[in-house]
Amino acid sequence: MNFEFSEDVTAMREEVKRFLTKRLPTGAVRHQIETGDAFDRELWPELAGMGWLGVAIPEAYGGAGLGHEALCMIAEEIGRALPFVPFSSSIFLAAQAILEFGSEAQKQKYLPGLADGSLIGTFALAEGAGDPSPDAVRTEFASGQLTGRKLPVFEAAAAHFAVVAARSGSGEIGLFIAGFDAEGIARETLATLDIGRPAATVTFTCVAAEALPQAGNWSAVTRLLDQAAILFAFEAVGGAQAAAAMALDYAKSRYAFGRPIAALQALKHKLADIYVATELARSNAYFGAWALEANAPELPAAAAAARISANEAFFEAAKENIQIHGGMGFTWESDCHLYYRRAKQLSGNLGSARYWRNRLIDRLMTQNQTAAA
Amino acid sequence: MDFNDTPEEAAFRAEARAFLNANAVLKSEHSRTSGSRAFNAEDVALSKAWQGKKAEAGFAGFHWPKKYGGREGTQMQAIIFAQEEEKYLVPPGIFNQGVGMALPTIMSCGTQAQIDRYARPALFGEEVWCQLFSEPAAGSDLAGLRTRGARDGDDWVVNGQKVWTSNAHFSQFAMLVARSNPDVPKHQGLTFFILDMATPGVDVRRIKQISGTSNFCEVFLTDVRIPDSQRLGAVGDGWKVAMTMLANERFTVGQAEGPDFDDIFRLAKLVMLDDAPAVNDAAVREKLVNWFCQAQGLKYTRLRMQTALSRGKTPGPEASIAKLVSATKLQEIAAFGVDLLGQAGAVMDSETAPFDAWFQNALLYAPGKRIAGGTDEILRNIIAERVLKMPADMRVDKDMPFNKIPAGPR
Ligand SMILES: Cc1cc2nc3c(=O)[nH]c(=O)nc-3n(C[C@H](O)[C@H](O)[C@H](O)COP(=O)(O)OP(=O)(O)OC[C@H]3O[C@@H](n4cnc5c(N)ncnc54)[C@H](O)[C@@H]3O)c2cc1C
Repeated sequence: MNFEFSEDVTAMREEVKRFLTKRLPTGAVRHQIETGDAFDRELWPELAGMGWLGVAIPEAYGGAGLGHEALCMIAEEIGRALPFVPFSSSIFLAAQAILEFGSEAQKQKYLPGLADGSLIGTFALAEGAGDPSPDAVRTEFASGQLTGRKLPVFEAAAAHFAVVAARSGSGEIGLFIAGFDAEGIARETLATLDIGRPAATVTFTCVAAEALPQAGNWSAVTRLLDQAAILFAFEAVGGAQAAAAMALDYAKSRYAFGRPIAALQALKHKLADIYVATELARSNAYFGAWALEANAPELPAAAAAARISANEAFFEAAKENIQIHGGMGFTWESDCHLYYRRAKQLSGNLGSARYWRNRLIDRLMTQNQTAAA
Repeated sequence: MDFNDTPEEAAFRAEARAFLNANAVLKSEHSRTSGSRAFNAEDVALSKAWQGKKAEAGFAGFHWPKKYGGREGTQMQAIIFAQEEEKYLVPPGIFNQGVGMALPTIMSCGTQAQIDRYARPALFGEEVWCQLFSEPAAGSDLAGLRTRGARDGDDWVVNGQKVWTSNAHFSQFAMLVARSNPDVPKHQGLTFFILDMATPGVDVRRIKQISGTSNFCEVFLTDVRIPDSQRLGAVGDGWKVAMTMLANERFTVGQAEGPDFDDIFRLAKLVMLDDAPAVNDAAVREKLVNWFCQAQGLKYTRLRMQTALSRGKTPGPEASIAKLVSATKLQEIAAFGVDLLGQAGAVMDSETAPFDAWFQNALLYAPGKRIAGGTDEILRNIIAERVLKMPADMRVDKDMPFNKIPAGPR
């Protein structure tokens, strides 16, 4: 048994961590959004140049072919450093969808650009409030054209194309690629809770689109959600750990009543609990990484457990980080709110906690039936 | 990442299975771990026999030297054997204190004569050990213990009272810490002894637990004479020896046993709420998922530690996570199992209550799991201070002579 990432992957992760720590002042996004730009256009090609956008994309399509375990480790570092880039939309979702469900020609056409950063993709599933469900998809695909309205679509302003969930003539839900330069497509910026994750409402009026041929029904969407959930869980684990580390550092240096506040048991027990929650979440995420890489039948349950525990640990760490910083934590200038915002962004992006809890139990019920049969 | 055994591990697992198949019966789906029942003489005899059989076959003392009956194997072998043994119906384990704690401590702090005398009988299940640490006025604050040990010629004379001593009523030997010098600060005045429980002046009385059964005792020590040759470590080094032992305890105290996610999930599928299985209810699902995530998280945390172990690293205070999380989870699951049964939840009749009243029984032993082997609060302190390196609590009594430390009304 070996339940640890390989030395290569661990070394790469250290490199990502070193690079991002050195390259980005903490809370860089706070200043970057003031430029009004959709993402950090200097950092993005640097990440691509290091080969990190394409770690999980096979070499045949311009990637590094290091597999999903490597991508999980990068996701964790993204969660820690909060770079202002469309990494998750373009890599966890758009590239993953094409890798999983695209034709050979589509892989040739899109993946090399996604890997070298010249192409940015995003994912358009939601149509307003509510959880992922085939009934909630009203956008239609007919005669090669998409019509409907998606909201929110993250990183829409940065992206060149979107992978869109829509109902086709047969009534089944499929996935379709539409370019943002196509006729009939409109993006309208939305204010977002997480300032590092801009979004838009995207309206499609008879927009030319191509189907991902292997995504023939709703189960393709849920499969993509499961895979992405594991990558996002690593992002949340990275965020949880960073927020907890911030809180711990501050508690050790802030004095009150003649000693560091870290000596107070109310804070010690709180941080111990956050440490435990983060470690359990990390372990669940590790199992998710294994299931993702091995394409194991345990993937759906592993994804749900990883996502639920990581999101809970992250929000707990992020909110208590503010609390431990006192008044300082409530300011725009502290980084505390960046994690607080990201934690909530992640807890809803692929559906609510309630949705994932229900999926987990439903999955365990069918697993048990098969085991009993 | 992979979940496969290495070829050596697979060979060892096959060996372990062959031994278990030949000597024990596989658990059925419905067999439950006990924990609510007092061990009787028959249990003790069966446990001793089983331990002996394992030791004879080389399935005990995995990392002990061969000359003391061990295997000179690896920690991984111990883990693999435990994983396999768990699948079989075997007598209750009563050798943790001896094989898991006392003897490793004797091997690192004791004399050759002590090792030669105690190692084999403990390993082969002939002698059972207990731990005489806690006292009425010293539990979490172990260094505050008051049992007095005074030197008298070649002997020590011990007077005092110990309490909550698991298995004392059928143990032959005990690890005992006593205060040899009350005039110095509390950690400096302690000395560690090996006590023969048959010594005159040792009075063991059983204590009835919440559940009404009794697996622990109070032990009164009145003019108990212990030869100096039974001292473990130097005079005044008792704290150091006790810490060595508690480090070994961390390996042996693992997860709190009892109903877990699979069991409460099964109950939730059986019980009907408003004409539908309880598992369909949103509030029930919320709780089930929390326990699933915790149970899985613990399982994979354990695998991460095992991987570290198999690469020659020693698990540190992180190992406290397992007990901290599993004890509370056990208590919550037991309580919810009772809740799910509604008006019949309070029925403890094993014929009537589902799963032989397992949830009700667990409800009554779970509180002990949150206290024994370090309370929840002490484990959080350990994580905060040793893992997160937060400053230690203020210890007002740390440098004071022991006999000047204020004690509450008693
Ligand atoms: C089932 C069972 C089996 C046991 N078996 C043995 C045995 O075989 N041998 C043996 O020696 N002992 C045994 N014990 C005793 C056990 O080790 C002690 O009960 C335990 O260490 C707590 O000590 P205490 O009972 O004196 O409680 P106290 O230490 O008085 O604690 C009371 C409360 O105060 C809290 N508290 C204490 N100090 C702190 C602190 N610094 N910070 C925050 N909160 C604190 C505790 O968490 C607890 O909630 C057993 C106990 C149980 C329940």
